[in-house]
Amino acid sequence: MANTVHIDVVSAEASIFSGEAEFVVAPASAGEVGIYPHHAPMITTIKAGTLRIKQTNEAEETLIFISGGILEVQPGIITVLADTAVRGYDLDEAKAIAAKEAAIEAMQNRTSNVDYAQAQAELSEALAQIQAIERLRKSAH
Amino acid sequence: MAGSKEIRTKIKSVENTRKITKAMEMVAASKMRKAQDRMRASRPYAEKIRNVAAHLSLAHSEYKHPFLLKRESVRNVGIIVVSSDKGLCGGLNTNVLRLSVNQMKTWEAEGKKISVSAIGNKGYSFMTRVGANVKSHITGLGDVPHLETLIGTIKVMLDAYTAGEIDQLYICYTRFINTMKQEPVMEQLLPLTSDHFGVVHVHEKTEPLSASGVIKSAVNIGTAKGHWDYIYEPEAKPVIDQLMVRYIESLVYNAVAENMASEQSSRMVAMKSASDNAKEVIGDLKLVYNKARQAAITKEISEIVGGAAAVA
Repeated sequence: MANTVHIDVVSAEASIFSGEAEFVVAPASAGEVGIYPHHAPMITTIKAGTLRIKQTNEAEETLIFISGGILEVQPGIITVLADTAVRGYDLDEAKAIAAKEAAIEAMQNRTSNVDYAQAQAELSEALAQIQAIERLRKSAH
Repeated sequence: MAGSKEIRTKIKSVENTRKITKAMEMVAASKMRKAQDRMRASRPYAEKIRNVAAHLSLAHSEYKHPFLLKRESVRNVGIIVVSSDKGLCGGLNTNVLRLSVNQMKTWEAEGKKISVSAIGNKGYSFMTRVGANVKSHITGLGDVPHLETLIGTIKVMLDAYTAGEIDQLYICYTRFINTMKQEPVMEQLLPLTSDHFGVVHVHEKTEPLSASGVIKSAVNIGTAKGHWDYIYEPEAKPVIDQLMVRYIESLVYNAVAENMASEQSSRMVAMKSASDNAKEVIGDLKLVYNKARQAAITKEISEIVGGAAAVA
């Protein structure tokens, strides 16, 4: 019996790797970890580095570079959730601040409370237009 | 031959319009395929992170993340509205905005305060125009959704949730069903409810399964049984924090990818019907034009014949 563990490597924008492995080495944030099949459940963050996967029928290890993410280990399955972007607390913070500032700036030149009447009027107008066009199209046939 | 010149000009202008709509239709069709691929490509991640989050909710961890805890009273609500950057895509944005405005109206009637985060130009300009409290926004996403550009916008809302400024977070976007059909949906992001994880749970209002795919069966494959907990490295809190944030981000990313696929197919359909319509209009105008031309010729001939008869 082949003693293997299923491993999936995915990022938000693509699926990177999926297959059976005999042995996996991952760059966990607290240091490299090696995982054999039937490992105890573990969850850890990983840092930028290379993921090494030893597959059953291949002599060479598969190497995957990841910029960070999360590694989950279950006895029969390993999941690597790779980040697509270069992340970091400061970077995220900076992005949030930038987004907030843009919103505040935009808020300064606007009217007071939510004008639902206006909103509804605008929407129903747009909808009426679409419906009118559809009706026109139907009657043309 | 009164009016025939006007008709000719009109035909010309409709033909030009048709050329444009036809071109837009073809562009949308090719973009649609790519957008759909991207939407599908984002599904495995969403599915996997959902599984991990589900495992985590089963594990007996001492640390419970705030995203998982329900708040007793809901006074402030946040909503992320996903719309397209450009128009000319049928009723796509209108439907999404109508759904969110109706919901916002109900919330306001219940005395809840609402903060909005807008993704996409159409939703953003609409929300500012009607005077909603826009906390963050991102526009100009282009044709390819990048998680990186969304992080800031999402983080503002997540921070607001952690800080207690909002007690619930919803997302409103257009779900892609197929090329001909897209529907606006509203889903709860925070707090994460158990039906997020595919755990069987009877809810008063069963929400449709979230964009992250409908994978339930995979949850239990290869997982530990009985009472167990993870080994956390370095510690439970930072790992779970990171995971939860990534999870929400992946849900939002998915919604955006799905919205883009919807946008392109909706545009393609709208442009196709516009082109068809223009074709019909051209046909009608040509008929009118030919009739007018024929009438003018007949009139001319009868005038000549009449004139000749008078001379003879």
